[in-house]
Amino acid sequence: MITTQEEVLSKVREIVAPWKGKAGGLIPILQQTQHEFGYLPPEAVEAISEEMLIPLAEIYGVATFYAQFHLTPRGRHIVRVCRGTACHVRGSLKILEKLKKNLHVVENGTTEDLRFTLEPVACLGACGLAPVMTIDEQTFGRVTPDALEGILEKFE
Amino acid sequence: MGLYRSHVLVCGGTGCVSSGSQAVLDALKKGLADKGLDKEILVVATGCHGMCEMGPIVVVYPEGTFYCRVTAADVPELVEEHLFKGRIVDRLIYKGEGTVADVPHYTDIPFYKKQHRIALRNCGYINPENIDEYIARDGYVALVKAVTEMTPDDVIETVKESGLRGRGGGGFPTGLKWSFCARSAGDKKYVICNADEGDPGAFMDRSLLEGDPHAIVEGMLLGAYAMGASEGYVYCRAEYPLAIRRLKRTIEQATEYGFLGDNILGTDFSFHLHIKEGAGAFVCGEETALMASIEGQRGMPRPRPPFPANKGLWGKPTNINNVETWANVASIIRNGGAWYAALGTEKSKGTKVFALTGKVNHTGLVEVPMGTTIREIVFEIGGGILNGKKFKAVQIGGPSGGCLTEEHLDIPISYESLSQVGAIMGSGGLVVMDEDNCMVDVAKFFLEFTQAESCGKCPPCREGTKKMLDILGRIVAGKGTPEDLDSLQYLGTMIKETSLCGLGQTAPNPVLTTLRYFRDEYEAHINEKRCPAGACVELARYVIDAKKCIGCTKCAKVCPVGAISGTVKQPHVIDQDKCIKCGACAEACPVKAIDRR
Repeated sequence: MITTQEEVLSKVREIVAPWKGKAGGLIPILQQTQHEFGYLPPEAVEAISEEMLIPLAEIYGVATFYAQFHLTPRGRHIVRVCRGTACHVRGSLKILEKLKKNLHVVENGTTEDLRFTLEPVACLGACGLAPVMTIDEQTFGRVTPDALEGILEKFE
Repeated sequence: MGLYRSHVLVCGGTGCVSSGSQAVLDALKKGLADKGLDKEILVVATGCHGMCEMGPIVVVYPEGTFYCRVTAADVPELVEEHLFKGRIVDRLIYKGEGTVADVPHYTDIPFYKKQHRIALRNCGYINPENIDEYIARDGYVALVKAVTEMTPDDVIETVKESGLRGRGGGGFPTGLKWSFCARSAGDKKYVICNADEGDPGAFMDRSLLEGDPHAIVEGMLLGAYAMGASEGYVYCRAEYPLAIRRLKRTIEQATEYGFLGDNILGTDFSFHLHIKEGAGAFVCGEETALMASIEGQRGMPRPRPPFPANKGLWGKPTNINNVETWANVASIIRNGGAWYAALGTEKSKGTKVFALTGKVNHTGLVEVPMGTTIREIVFEIGGGILNGKKFKAVQIGGPSGGCLTEEHLDIPISYESLSQVGAIMGSGGLVVMDEDNCMVDVAKFFLEFTQAESCGKCPPCREGTKKMLDILGRIVAGKGTPEDLDSLQYLGTMIKETSLCGLGQTAPNPVLTTLRYFRDEYEAHINEKRCPAGACVELARYVIDAKKCIGCTKCAKVCPVGAISGTVKQPHVIDQDKCIKCGACAEACPVKAIDRR
């Protein structure tokens, strides 16, 4: 885990290096930064701004525009519930509601112990298995509200 | 590649991987090695077969035996019986619906029989991570033909002759679009593949990228050659990690073989291809927003003209096509424009891939000639409605499309016929609804999506969709007034006419079409405070069937607001004024005596 200001700085310098003097780098830089820290810490964003000579306002403009970027820390496991059409008509709302209740979180919220972050997503593209949810890289198809507890248990 | 007496194809698409196909693949490899058959039988991980509902899918060639819902535990029997002794394992083959007999062969299955695969021709047939398998299926033949025998204009003319139109939804003639970019002056030009497939309920682009990525690269190469572009981007959703991984592999292999890079096949033609990962914004499917996103900005559309063909990415002439469009190009160049134009209707040529989902027996990907009817797709290929329920509507074209009814089932699908009835082709999502789906709820669902994804640049879309959503929220809560329907109609029409980009121009479609074809459902919500499908929570009523109730008191105990009363072993009653419609009682009831109405 990277913690000190200096470590953040040196990591950011590493990430921005290949993009210096090139156009179109901001989104890949933010993607990589988030990959590194799990979210976009303010120190990292400030460092990107100084290194790339892009105003902070512009970076935050981009970071808040796209759903992928997060400005607060997230859970160890990301639970995504598909809210696409096919899943909706096969009852994905019930799955989402039950998860909110069980984890005591709101949509896009993170549990207090940083174990889970719950995200409804537009479509996971696995409509044949509706309703679908994923935890990290694992996909669970034909999910029922009763199956949820058993699925969550597998993730510490 | 070595010679094998048999090929065992295991589907490696996202659907089948989720259903456990990797374990099947590993077990097959191990089982064959244990039997010493690994030198004569090859196991191949392919792209999507399309019939995701039946996954994991295993097909054995040369027989073409189609096994479905195979698990790792089934593999020893499959190896012993079929691959060693040559006897088909009956219990794993596809079982037809109802009266239809068992169908062991791939091409005889109704789901596949009516399909005509051009874009999907290699999906589920080859290993997408092996360029040699693509070449063995005439891959890169079109590229060689174009750069050695055809001028760039010849390529454009062939695409024009084919009648191919933008498969991303717009339906603009592809050849014509190319000619604009080709004519545009500039030292540098770009071609872009739009793989930001954001429509909920559509996954054809993902399956194509995962199942036959070389076809997309070859299509882009042909486009680049025709328009004089030297650089290209595939803008792909970050939510598709497998597609991105396979694309990277594809680019490496094509570069190694000399199909990508400088002086391709020893000619003056050079082309470099990059992958850009999207960051999660539906509006980036719009071409000007997509280009802004590649440039590293917020993905907001801008007014056109200037069109991308004149001023696109970084101010240079640019051509953007969708994945499925690119996937058709190589076949067209190889077989000629007339070959493609022979399929389809007068103005909509060729085939279209549809993602068939919702309350239908066989969900999955289907490719049919234009002009096929919705009935053929839903009932013949899709095998009809799930659990024998009644067909109610089909939502075509994703959140920008419209809901069509029973009376539209026999319309031959084309760009024109769909827009006549208020829907659009869109990217080809087909979501089937049955009698349990409330059309007001469905319209609200789509609008919630487009409203959340509105980029906020132009007021009609930003404010208008919000207002429409407020009204719909009132209606499903039983607080609507008859005037609300006029307001929805007025706002919807206004937003369509005045929004800046395709997102806003189509966002009201689901509401406008359901208002047109299911007005009675809106009226029931407003006038009778009743949801005919019983789907809207706030209008639902939980009622205990006194005949079924055994008076066990379980419901009364779980009710969080104490709305249920009654004595032990006597039928209980729910106080509707106290009830908060949480449904806990219905879940707790051991004899299913509680109905939601």
